[in-house]
Amino acid sequence: MSKILMKEKSIVVPGEELAEGMDYLPGMGSFREGDKIFSSKLGLGLLDNKLIKVIPLTGTYMPRTDDQVIGRVSDISFGGWFVNLGGPYDANLSIREASEFIERGADLTTFYNFGDIIMAKVSKVIRNSIIDLSMKGPGLRKLKDGKIIEVTPSKVPRIIGKQGSMISLIKEKTNCKIFVGQNGLIWIKGEKVEDEVLATNAILKVDEESHNEGLTDRIKEFLKKGGKK
Amino acid sequence: MMNKDYIISLIEQDKRLSNRKLDEYRKVELSYDVSKNADGAARCKIGDTEVIVGVKFNVGEPYPDNPDEGTIIVTAELLPLSSPEFDLGPPGAQATELARVVDRGIRESKALDFKKLCIKKGEKVWMAFIDIYTINDDGNLIDACALAAIAALKNAKLPKYEKERVLHGEYSNKKIELTKLPITCTLGKINSKIIVDPGMQEESVLDSRLTVTTADGNIHAMQKGGEKGLKMEEITQMVDIAIAKEKDLKKLIK
Amino acid sequence: MSYTKRFDGRKFDEMRKTEAKIGVIKRADGSAMFKIGDTIAIAAVYGPRKLHPRFLQNPSKGILRCNYDMASFSVPDRKRPGPSRRSSEISLVTAKSLSPVLDLSKHPNAVIDLFIEITQANAGTRCAGITAASMALAHAGITMKDLVSSISVGKVSDKVVVDLDKEEEDHEEGATDIPIAYSPRTKDFTLLQLDGNVSKKELKEALEMSKKGCEEIYKLQVKTLKDHFKGEGK
Repeated sequence: MSKILMKEKSIVVPGEELAEGMDYLPGMGSFREGDKIFSSKLGLGLLDNKLIKVIPLTGTYMPRTDDQVIGRVSDISFGGWFVNLGGPYDANLSIREASEFIERGADLTTFYNFGDIIMAKVSKVIRNSIIDLSMKGPGLRKLKDGKIIEVTPSKVPRIIGKQGSMISLIKEKTNCKIFVGQNGLIWIKGEKVEDEVLATNAILKVDEESHNEGLTDRIKEFLKKGGKK
Repeated sequence: MMNKDYIISLIEQDKRLSNRKLDEYRKVELSYDVSKNADGAARCKIGDTEVIVGVKFNVGEPYPDNPDEGTIIVTAELLPLSSPEFDLGPPGAQATELARVVDRGIRESKALDFKKLCIKKGEKVWMAFIDIYTINDDGNLIDACALAAIAALKNAKLPKYEKERVLHGEYSNKKIELTKLPITCTLGKINSKIIVDPGMQEESVLDSRLTVTTADGNIHAMQKGGEKGLKMEEITQMVDIAIAKEKDLKKLIK
Repeated sequence: MSYTKRFDGRKFDEMRKTEAKIGVIKRADGSAMFKIGDTIAIAAVYGPRKLHPRFLQNPSKGILRCNYDMASFSVPDRKRPGPSRRSSEISLVTAKSLSPVLDLSKHPNAVIDLFIEITQANAGTRCAGITAASMALAHAGITMKDLVSSISVGKVSDKVVVDLDKEEEDHEEGATDIPIAYSPRTKDFTLLQLDGNVSKKELKEALEMSKKGCEEIYKLQVKTLKDHFKGEGK
């Protein structure tokens, strides 16, 4: 007889037994040993049909294909750029994948220089450590103004919210343009500095308090009061 | 990932990250429950910056030129536990500078009468080891270390000394008396603006930095840092702010 | 003479009061504090991050680098700041005690840095460090097959006891110290050191006692990790 040992959406720790029996399958953040399935992460345990998953609550960014990310140009080679996404591995952006056409032999620093911040899309990931980027796509470009803030990568879904509800709320109440990179870097550009500060503080509040109940209401209240406690 | 331009543009408009005013210090907290084995200890938090300091006394020989004076020895460890930028290895220039600035503030203000640390002239004196450890670096470690050091010293007790032996863990009735409380305040300059208590991100955009240690409005130690110079009027303005902050910070020491 | 009553009145199989917390160092990717009696350890994890110099990199998996350090004022006689032969050895055995539960295959060429600082010491510091480190690794989101719990056991005079304090370690009739780390799920011992003098029977008794102690510590580790994120998922 197979049985589930975790409560749906409960917090589980590494090594915790989640299910017994061969009817269930170990998904991300879990593993099988014998006829049992255990968590390998500190995270939220979820059951998706017969698949057991643990959504991590913390941790560095793990790139996935099609993720939109923000990165910093860390080095330049003959064929393109190396981009730091905040994790241990720099991503590759080849000349062909730049947002504009670049002739062979051109000085690459005139397009994206050391330290420049870019918005890109992950086009390919091999073994979690070889990451290819592309800047071909709507809105993907070098960022010239605005500010970048850092949040815990695993909190990005909370910052975006269900169907983008949380980030829409923050954008609307602060009149800021905001781009959330899946790697935990967020670009903010407003008309006024005050607006950017308000947007920043609201996002950092989501990052810090995401595990408390009634988060949306508290963020609403926070924005209404203009960020004052 | 830094936003140097953004931080600078904020300061240009008299604004700072986390909504601070240019001359506003972050919240400072001092506590003392650091280590039961220290003869005196303190923990200082400035915003998210956190350091601990412990004082341990030992007996040694005095320097020949000051045969009736004890001394202090300040060390600082920038623990790699406290910042991704700190590496393992022997103390580097930053740690050494930090320890020396703290040392000079205490020494030059004569907060501690070294003569009272004398046990037997020319033979035995107390040496106070003031050891600093960083726990979390969110900028302005110097001020946090200096404040924790003086707070730890103020609460330190001298161990018993009998038959040429220090009885660690047993204390004499002698408390350490401080004649004054030197307070260290660090300021930064960005373009033409002056800020107090620079945070970690702000430190990376400073043109220059000035650390000022004062006691009762008198200046006892200074240390200029950063890549660029300071004008006369900027220095006096910075000193004015440091003296004003001395009063607030001094009140926190118990 | 026989050790009939413990100096601080504890039962022979009773450990000192424990306390744990995570998220104590903001800049770290994961951090934890563990206190047992008067011993306090804090641990911080950074990474997986780039490993320099390059020749240290392993293209098949990431490496765990551990550094154990004691604050100069954590002990009655001031300890000179910086590494010692003792701290190097403890750093090594700490890494070995945690490696069995880590899966670093997804982090080729990278490093996970683990730093342990003892701020107040009254025996059992390496065990407190390992217990804190295991929580810090989980908090940093590292893939792990289990947590690791750690306690020292040993013999004071003629009695097998758990969690020796300094006074017991210095017992005039001799004491044997056996630091243990244990993976509660797989029931593997991942740290085992001994110095002193025990019989085979006493060793077995001590190991049984350490299992019980580690299981108690494990419960606190799990509760600490879960409580920190209470409300998440609702």
